[in-house]
Amino acid sequence: MSATAPPAHWRRMRERYRLLGSRCETCGATFFPTTKVCPKCRRKGKIAQVEFSGRGKVYSYTVIHSAPKMFEQFTPAVVALVQLEEGPMVLSQIVDTDHKELKVGMEVEACFRKLFEQEQSGIISYGFKFRPVNDHWGKYYDNKDI
Amino acid sequence: MKVGIVGYGAYIPKWRIKAENIAKVWGQDAQTITNGIGVHEKSVPSLDEDTATIAVEAARNAMKRANGVKPSEISAVYVGSESHPYAVKPTAVTVAEALGLTPYVTAADTEFACKAATAGIQACLGLVKGGYMKYGMSIGADTAQSAPGDALEYTAAAGGAAYIIGGDGVLAEIEGTCSYTQDVPDFWRREGSLYPKHAGRFTGEPAYFEQIVKCSKSLMEKLGTKPSDYTYVVFHMPNGKFPLKAASILGFDTKQVTPSLIVQKIGNTYSGSSLLGLAAVLDRAKPGERVLMTSYGSGAGSDSFSITVTDQIEERRRLAPPVQYYIERKGYLSYSIYAKNRKLFRE
Repeated sequence: MSATAPPAHWRRMRERYRLLGSRCETCGATFFPTTKVCPKCRRKGKIAQVEFSGRGKVYSYTVIHSAPKMFEQFTPAVVALVQLEEGPMVLSQIVDTDHKELKVGMEVEACFRKLFEQEQSGIISYGFKFRPVNDHWGKYYDNKDI
Repeated sequence: MKVGIVGYGAYIPKWRIKAENIAKVWGQDAQTITNGIGVHEKSVPSLDEDTATIAVEAARNAMKRANGVKPSEISAVYVGSESHPYAVKPTAVTVAEALGLTPYVTAADTEFACKAATAGIQACLGLVKGGYMKYGMSIGADTAQSAPGDALEYTAAAGGAAYIIGGDGVLAEIEGTCSYTQDVPDFWRREGSLYPKHAGRFTGEPAYFEQIVKCSKSLMEKLGTKPSDYTYVVFHMPNGKFPLKAASILGFDTKQVTPSLIVQKIGNTYSGSSLLGLAAVLDRAKPGERVLMTSYGSGAGSDSFSITVTDQIEERRRLAPPVQYYIERKGYLSYSIYAKNRKLFRE
């Protein structure tokens, strides 16, 4: 069964849609993907669901020129390890940018995209990817002629 | 009870193609085309963007502005589009799930060419005013299709806007709405067809102008208002010319239309068009100013809304990016990359 088949899609759907992870209420550690047990607190740990803010920084990245079948159309594609501001490390494609503009430490935010399609007639899997942060849009409200 | 817009949000994909790059491919004169339609470039979705992703981005911006509204308090989600990703499987369920509104929520996709989402706003108004729910959401989003070489290729664009309707925390009150609908063969797409068809001679007078003008007039008559009572007027924007002509027929000034006339820079975002125009107006309107908005959907019909901005607007609009930010956030594509993104190459 492929990774995009309906059962696999359904199991991971909510965490992909909303960037849901886990937090240990005992020690405060955060996890993505979700976990049932805190590796540090073990049976003393209390795991709760958390929705991450989606903000983070590029920890490291690579540019893929020869991609697996479902991702061929995206080449050259940027795949990065993004460290979320809450701590967990997430593997994701970076979109809306040229790979030449990418830098380690760059601020990124989660956006909602198509992840893969199971051929033309199959299920479409959606979820988070990341794009560079732009926090400068506040200036438009100070300009009367927007 | 005052009912109206509690939150609104816009989204436009980053990519653009210039009219001159389309004209070059088909051996047409770009200057003649842009003079004729008043559209210089249009937005193009990325390979991984579709109506569902655009709807989610717009809806998330609307949630930011609906300060304090909990996802569990939104009990209806309608997504209006003519480019839903599935023929059968609602876009609205994906949006509801991505926003955390599930499971106690009614969700449905609406379809009425470019006015499907204003029909959704009317449904939300009824549900909220009837006391069935606290808040409802309607989203208009499209990745509009056009056959390669067709005149529509210069305008068929991608984008969307979301509106949360409620009676608590209203930033723009909707004082009245009405509709005007007839069976007109101006534009259609049959099941299984990739691209829409249009019947040129029906597009203007019997379709767009008839519905927009009669619907707007009818609402103003009902409410006892006149064009000079409104600071802004927003119409569906199939091109840069039609909204200006409709305004002049109704007795509105060009100045009342231009703040919403975003079609020149991003093209016709179909179900998103009039709603993105309204969002651009809400991004700048002052408390107490009034807005008349009339959508248009081929086939054909219009929904008119009379809106008064409240004093909550100034603080709340700052909570999400304005339409102008999305217009200026852009990168240009060649026709060949555009063709790849729009899947014009088929196996």
